[in-house]
Amino acid sequence: MNNLIDLEKKINSELTTKINKTSIKHNQIYVEIDKEDLIDVVLFIKTNKDTKFRQLIDITVVDYPEETQRFKIVYLFLSHEFNHRMILSYFINENELISSLTTVFPSANWMEREVFDMYGVNFKNHPDLRRILTDYGFEGHPLRKDFPLTGHSEVRYSEEKKKVINEPVKLEQNYRNFDYESPWEGTKYIKEISETNDKKN
Amino acid sequence: MTKKIKNLNLNFGPQHPAAHGVLRLILELDGEVVEKADPHIGLLHRGTEKLIENKTYMQAVPYFDRLDYVAPMNQEHAFALAIEKILDIDVPIRAQYIRVMFCEIGRILSHILNVTTQALDVGALTPSLWGFEERETLMTFYERASGSRLHANYFRAGGVHQDLPAGLENDIAKFCETFPKIINDLENLLTDNRIFKQRNVDIGVVTKDDALDYSFSGVMIRGSGIPWDLRKSQPYDCYDQLEFKIPVGKNGDCYDRYLCRIEEMKESVSIIKQCLARMEKGPIKTFDGKISPPSKAEIKQSMEALIHHFKLFTEGYRVPKDEIYTAVEAPKGEFGVYLISDGSSKPYKCKIRAPGFSHLQSMDYLIKGHMLADVPAVLGSLDIVFGEVDR
Repeated sequence: MNNLIDLEKKINSELTTKINKTSIKHNQIYVEIDKEDLIDVVLFIKTNKDTKFRQLIDITVVDYPEETQRFKIVYLFLSHEFNHRMILSYFINENELISSLTTVFPSANWMEREVFDMYGVNFKNHPDLRRILTDYGFEGHPLRKDFPLTGHSEVRYSEEKKKVINEPVKLEQNYRNFDYESPWEGTKYIKEISETNDKKN
Repeated sequence: MTKKIKNLNLNFGPQHPAAHGVLRLILELDGEVVEKADPHIGLLHRGTEKLIENKTYMQAVPYFDRLDYVAPMNQEHAFALAIEKILDIDVPIRAQYIRVMFCEIGRILSHILNVTTQALDVGALTPSLWGFEERETLMTFYERASGSRLHANYFRAGGVHQDLPAGLENDIAKFCETFPKIINDLENLLTDNRIFKQRNVDIGVVTKDDALDYSFSGVMIRGSGIPWDLRKSQPYDCYDQLEFKIPVGKNGDCYDRYLCRIEEMKESVSIIKQCLARMEKGPIKTFDGKISPPSKAEIKQSMEALIHHFKLFTEGYRVPKDEIYTAVEAPKGEFGVYLISDGSSKPYKCKIRAPGFSHLQSMDYLIKGHMLADVPAVLGSLDIVFGEVDR
């Protein structure tokens, strides 16, 4: 499929029941599916001769704490053959288990570990679901929106105990988050630069 | 009598000169043969993505320098492109040439570091001494344009921060004349060197299929014979107007990847020359006062410029609600930014896709069955920088 519109049609006709919504923008195709259909859809787009999304670029999560379905799981795919990018996504609740892609793409292993580490989303059938980026013995999931920017504990070397210890964060001054957002819309036009202005200086 | 043989577990790093940073690699050895490798990463984790969510778009740029700190501007490029696509703004042609030129300088910086330290890991000292001198020259170019040798903070959405200082273009052109000789010198030392070949040929072989399955990109995928380069296949800025070749390997081993990097440096020099030849005087950032700050002279003249300046450096510019993935061909592979904006002046989510992350992940697959002494060679050819792996 050399054309994104053809690709969109193809995906919609072949996987009618499994696709919730498709759209094209920024030269990429965005596809929304249901959680249960993940493996089927990914296997199809990976192996079908007209799609050939042979590479999993990344897996990530977007956290929307106010929504009932809190996490949006996002998969980015790349097809070298047809030079297309696809963004596949679905929503889940906070404590839902989702299937692991490690059987289809071995590279999903660390990406899913990172998602687990950062957001606390659990995968079933993952061979080795451990924390990856945070420290040994870390608690919490840092990229959730309700995790404070300064964190909960800090590490230091204790001279009395002669070892590295974890303590609750103590700051001389708390992190100050100024709200600069203003309702001011401003002008819509782009102001022209006049030549005469420079000469006066 | 039978003896029970137990595999030896070896802890490689976190402080090891051949680990290229803070990598803790737990190796399971059967004699001298590696049975299993388990990389422990995250020792340099700084929470970049979390910090970016709490900064305005302009304040987020310096964090990108600190990812792959041997080629800082290539990362900034991905972020700038992502914002530009959402805002739908055009970048003046001079700014595009400046950006592409500095990205190629970054590529040379990164490849010199990688080629010479890989040689160092397998026993050759001289290349790094010669190569680092050139890196120093390149970093002074960074310094003259942006004010700092490493953490440039130079690219902006809509262009670059400021124009090149007088004389810099000439000096870069002079460098382009002398540098090919240095590449030749490096090649004389390494390419046909018996020891270097013994240590690298047929080590860490990656097949085409595995390169795709393990999400490889950049030199790692081209070394295996897949001609894939985002500068050609999904051109950004002015790459579609420039002429350059994509070197591709044959065997997918460490030696082919070394050869690809050497050839890429030569191509980069040619790209820089083309940029310099085509660069004309002109604006270096978009005129839109809502996005790029006004000049000092204008602030003194115009009320509107003063307001723009104040708003830009307090609230920052707002980016409409959107979702986008943009990738650039960084020296190490595909570096991508998956940006979600919510209409405010701070990104709602900014996922950074670092090439080194998926390359390092395949360490177990690459090293299984190799000797312990091959670990530094394979690690060196993966081109790992922990700034981007750990983020």
